Amino acid sequence: MNTHTASIDVQHHHEEEHHNENFITKYIFSQDHKMISKQFLITGIIMGFIGMFLSLLFRLQLAYPDTKFTFLESILGHWGKDGKLDPNFYLALTTMHGTIMVFYVLTAGLSGTFSNLLIPLQIGARDMASPFLNMLSYWFFFASSVVLISSFFVETGPAAAGWTVYPPLSALPKALPGSGFGMTLWLIAIILFVVSSLLGGVNYVATILNMRTKGMKMTRLPLTIWAFLTTAIVGLLSFPVLLGAGLLLIFDRSFGTSFYLNEIVAEFAGGIERVGGSPILYQHLFWFLGHPEVYIIILPTFGITSEIISTNSRKPIFGYRAMIGSLLSIAFLSFLVWGHHMFVTGMNPFLGSVFMIGTLIIAVPSAIKTFNYLATLWKGNIIFTVPMLFGIGMVSLFITGGLTGIHLGNAALDINLHDTYFVIAHFHLVMGCAAIFGMISGVYHWFPRMYGRMMNKTLGYIHFWITIISAYFVFFPMHFMGLAGVPRRYYSNTAYDQFDVFMDMNVFITISAIIGGAAQLLFLFNFFYSIFKGKKSEQNPWNSNTLEWTAPVERIHGNWPGEIPHVYRWAYDYSKPGAEQDFIPQNVPDPGQTDELEEPNTLVHNPATQKETAH
Amino acid sequence: MANTATLTDRRTQWGGGKSPFNISYGKLMMWIFLVTDAFTFSSLLTAYGFIRHSFSGNTETPWPSPDVVFNHFPFLHGVHLPLMFVSLMTFILIFSSVTMVLAVEAGHRMAKKEVVKYMFYTILGGLAFLGCQAWEWTQFIIGSEQGRTLADGTIIHGANLAINEYGPVAFADLFFIVTGFHGFHVFSGVVLNIIILFQTMDGVFEKRGHYEMVEKVGLYWHFVDLVWVFVFTFFYLI
Repeated sequence: MNTHTASIDVQHHHEEEHHNENFITKYIFSQDHKMISKQFLITGIIMGFIGMFLSLLFRLQLAYPDTKFTFLESILGHWGKDGKLDPNFYLALTTMHGTIMVFYVLTAGLSGTFSNLLIPLQIGARDMASPFLNMLSYWFFFASSVVLISSFFVETGPAAAGWTVYPPLSALPKALPGSGFGMTLWLIAIILFVVSSLLGGVNYVATILNMRTKGMKMTRLPLTIWAFLTTAIVGLLSFPVLLGAGLLLIFDRSFGTSFYLNEIVAEFAGGIERVGGSPILYQHLFWFLGHPEVYIIILPTFGITSEIISTNSRKPIFGYRAMIGSLLSIAFLSFLVWGHHMFVTGMNPFLGSVFMIGTLIIAVPSAIKTFNYLATLWKGNIIFTVPMLFGIGMVSLFITGGLTGIHLGNAALDINLHDTYFVIAHFHLVMGCAAIFGMISGVYHWFPRMYGRMMNKTLGYIHFWITIISAYFVFFPMHFMGLAGVPRRYYSNTAYDQFDVFMDMNVFITISAIIGGAAQLLFLFNFFYSIFKGKKSEQNPWNSNTLEWTAPVERIHGNWPGEIPHVYRWAYDYSKPGAEQDFIPQNVPDPGQTDELEEPNTLVHNPATQKETAH
Repeated sequence: MANTATLTDRRTQWGGGKSPFNISYGKLMMWIFLVTDAFTFSSLLTAYGFIRHSFSGNTETPWPSPDVVFNHFPFLHGVHLPLMFVSLMTFILIFSSVTMVLAVEAGHRMAKKEVVKYMFYTILGGLAFLGCQAWEWTQFIIGSEQGRTLADGTIIHGANLAINEYGPVAFADLFFIVTGFHGFHVFSGVVLNIIILFQTMDGVFEKRGHYEMVEKVGLYWHFVDLVWVFVFTFFYLI
């Protein structure tokens, strides 16, 4: 029965002996989860800055539609001719901004970084189940990033059909300049991305289920791990559908099929003989991924925030089991609500109301989570560290953005609000900014674990305040623009007199965005400066309970030099009455507690069981 | 008390320090991958259902009856044998799953010779299936002698991604992409099986002390088989 456990141990001992690493195996084709995590983080940061830069370019156009910026020509060439942004390139910018932020920063950059870093360290494992697949996962991601970015150097420009790449713009290579080779590269990049994400996900789930250290029951896992587990499961079940959708799209583009083309499209495209399919089919397939995708983005930050808020409030997380339950129910519901992105496609109103009910039910687990965060903070001994501020900021943004989700999830209201700036405001706050805040708080919190040094606090505080204020300044006004009907994705709204009143608001938003963007340079500086020159960190700088802080700072391959610590308690024993310190790490047993002793499981109210296991 | 015992078992099973399902991470990963792959096939079959449904009631270009399209059999030219050939294909694939089970079972007994024998039969079955599929595709691509006359007078024979003698082009598109994607899976399975066969012959698994790799490729092979049952049902029976 224990042969498999034995084989896991053998495998790990085998890995421990791998100390003769050279530069390439240590820094490039590394199979150590901690190094892979850094690779994901740094690639994610680079992609994040590219994505942010693109957004500033098109914000400039929205704020100053009539002004000429000569520097645009020098950086963009013929796309910025005479200092004016080319309208087609504007579409490419929004498309690439969305793609980069959603997939490359907040999916791979976020999950890739923290799942890789924390799963083995927090569950007490030497490494991922398959370090080799883990390495492949990063390199597929890297290849995918390179392909995506290379589409900027294609003559016709990158993909321009929006980050959702709806056909026919994406299916007919002649539809837009950006529907040409740039679109093909986009699809190749996404297919590589799906492979990377599946390799990662398979690994995360297998590691969490199979390789927890002794005593690490599922109900003792830190919430970060629960969040990564549900994220990985959601990804594993939704990304393959994107693969299918992308495959059909590639055939439509390159091999003359018509899965997504019908009579209406054919008519518009100049009477091509491509009928029989439906663009709506693509939307169904895409949103079957697309909706779970937003939870793939936000769930890891739920985990990170739970951990950080509990640690810095010096209080157990409020409603640990409710937190797990709400993670799981959000994950489950996320697969049933994709239709709320398609209320205006001519969907049967009855079907619309089904999707609406499902969508509004998600408010329940989401509210459970936010109330639990607030209850954890309530009367806590709060320490306002930088990660704590970003964690609270995440909760704040999530609430603000989440409230408008109730409007958008309503099939009747959505008809009015669909594809306006109201939607932009909603999803940027609830998943864009909230997830970025969660990610940044994670970086500040686990930076000492990654690099053995602390990030600069003062710069961190400045970074936080500028970022949160500019986030609200950028996205809050967009609600009003959206309510007034300003459509998203438009190059300029000067053609509509009724939108002239928003001209000043657009300038305000753009200036806020530029300031917010500049503040990220502080973070960038702080990050790279602290890697080399930061203050050396202590073993456990935040007085945290989880296992990663018991591993030595030297960050050896295999994580712990001797035996892996055993676990005797959950991760949230903060300020426990009677304890000497205000935290008790998971590997510290109660007096007299041994490995065999199981604490009574509150899920099983069976006195007989408790007696049997207590011997 | 039997109930209590299982609860206790489950708790110690999930208590960390061992695999809760008592399987290695590799096998667990294969299971997870198969679930994922099932979703990929589901997306393609959903697309099939969606498009086919949009043709219901269409009298101009009705969805073709598979009985008419797939009625050929090698060496029996001109004989109307609806779905006979594809039934044979299905039988071959399912039979190769049987030999795969026997290979896995022989692996449990550490009987190297038998593993080699049954893996060889499985590979043979897979290759036979791929050959049959190639023949089936060829027939579909060539089409019938009389062909179909379009409104503008041109006669089309057979099918490819842009034309279809038997009905809507969408039928041909979906047929090629879904059976093609499945065929690609069978092909990968055959390649994997060949690798494992060579490793078995080299005695790799004997040295390792277990034939788990055979079991893992076996899981994949059964999955590919199961998917074919769905593809067969959707494209040929319904």
